[in-house]
Amino acid sequence: MSDFTVLETLVRLLWLVGAAGFVIGLHMMNSPATARRGNQLSAGGMALAVLGTIALLAVYGWAGAAVQPVGWLIIAVGILVGGGLGLYTAREVKMTAMPQLVSLFNAVGGGAAALIAIDDYVRLAGQVSTGGAQLPLETTVATVLDVIIGCITFSGSLIASGKLQGLVASRPVVFPFSRAINVVLVLVWVAGAAYLFAGNVSVPVLALIILAGLVFGVTLVMPIGGADMPVVISLLNSFTGTAVAMAGFVIDNPILIIAGALVGASGAILTKLMADAMNRSIVNIMVGGFGTGDTAAGTAAAGTSAGNVREVSVDDAAIMLAYASSVIFVPGYGLAVAQAQHAARELGDLLEDRGVDVKYAIHPVAGRMPGHMNVLLAEANVPYPQLYEMEDINPLFDQADVALVLGANDVTNPAARSNPASPIYGMPILNVDHAKNIIVNKRSMRPGYAGIDNELYANPKTGMLFGDAKDALSQLVAAVKAL
Amino acid sequence: MSPTLVSALTVFVLAILVGFEVISKVPATLHTPLMSGANSIHGIVLVGAMIIAAGADNPLSQVLSLVAVAFATMNVVGGYVVTDRMLQMFRKKPTAPRPTEPGAEG
Repeated sequence: MSDFTVLETLVRLLWLVGAAGFVIGLHMMNSPATARRGNQLSAGGMALAVLGTIALLAVYGWAGAAVQPVGWLIIAVGILVGGGLGLYTAREVKMTAMPQLVSLFNAVGGGAAALIAIDDYVRLAGQVSTGGAQLPLETTVATVLDVIIGCITFSGSLIASGKLQGLVASRPVVFPFSRAINVVLVLVWVAGAAYLFAGNVSVPVLALIILAGLVFGVTLVMPIGGADMPVVISLLNSFTGTAVAMAGFVIDNPILIIAGALVGASGAILTKLMADAMNRSIVNIMVGGFGTGDTAAGTAAAGTSAGNVREVSVDDAAIMLAYASSVIFVPGYGLAVAQAQHAARELGDLLEDRGVDVKYAIHPVAGRMPGHMNVLLAEANVPYPQLYEMEDINPLFDQADVALVLGANDVTNPAARSNPASPIYGMPILNVDHAKNIIVNKRSMRPGYAGIDNELYANPKTGMLFGDAKDALSQLVAAVKAL
Repeated sequence: MSPTLVSALTVFVLAILVGFEVISKVPATLHTPLMSGANSIHGIVLVGAMIIAAGADNPLSQVLSLVAVAFATMNVVGGYVVTDRMLQMFRKKPTAPRPTEPGAEG
């Protein structure tokens, strides 16, 4: 092995600096105070790595030949188009629609990783057929893994994004023979991989593996619905990282391997944290969606809870809140849908001015992704010391005068503690029912995302304040001001 | 195994362990920005996409690498921008009352 030239050494070191930037950047995202700088550091590392690569290509070209003008054109056009689309969507997206955008970015990342391996394979296959090159086993293995994982994450993330956006049915969709189809797809991979690993070079076989990967991504995500979607997105994020690392093996590039492995590991940890928060195993989630099995148990209670609910007027609710000494807001996705974060903060500020102690109780999976609710409230300028995580706030409900539930449902359902027949049994919940009084704002008695009823609403301490979260909060603000 | 493959595998395994260590300490508050930030990092695939684009010498390869570069750039740029948008909203105290509220969209 000969030494690198000065420039090549410099670029390799730039890649190393970029990788260090990713690690340190992720580490700085541990704390809200340094998180933004961490992300900027990571972006800086990315810029260095990309600019270094461009310099390397400009001076040394590719595989000993100078890069052709068409090559530069492809790079320039690709960067302009992709960068423009990314910048536009990232700037314009509403924060409530952010999970599906992250899922979309994840899809294209996985797609790019798969394309690298496909392109490399097609090119090498052409050279092998003319006797100009060899295809080592290690490259074939990395190629097959990259293509399978990349294709699954591409189509799977698109479906996940479509489900969150409402373009694809968000309920679990189970189609006939889905298990059988999956078995066939896995057999295609095994047979195809075995054929290619045995030293055969065949583009059609790779195409078959690609197709099986794309179909598997669809059959993997379609049957999963409801509350499990955050876990799926996180898992697919981890898949993309792994696919990128495999792409690094295919083209023998260390920064792809490092960054891909880093994301693969982080995504896996995040996925497990989320699944733990919902008391679900990842295997359970992947095998069957929420509510596909035992919805009957949940809906059976519907009649009773719908019959006994008590409504509370805006003025009564305002008085309860204004004269309480401690109030806990429990925001959920309904709040975000109604774009009512700002109204919630306004009410919170108003109550604080009156000397009421206001806290926000954040369930780990409130919103559509873990931590999503924190982002939405931060956007509305709620100071983050007022945001409490589940373990910290649950003991405080016992002392709270009022718990104000704003569009949260499943995460407040006591059935998760008490009813073993409930599909969400065992999921950690916010102990809203321990507060002295409970006000629940909800558009209607419709069940939540998991599709089951909430016995909290039938609790004698609970008053229901029906209506759109934003309207209800504005009315509450006006009523508190008038007191 | 070639020395290149061995060192690549070494780097791969150590990077996975670093990933576990760095991530396991992040509070739930920051999980969404973290997921989005990690999502941007795998946009490093852009480096690979540019390398294959540089060597694209036939129409199929040119199309594949063009799509790969565009996809990867979208991942990088969009990912970092949306993560930054989320994180700039985390602050301890509202510095100045913003001219927001009734009717303001989020």
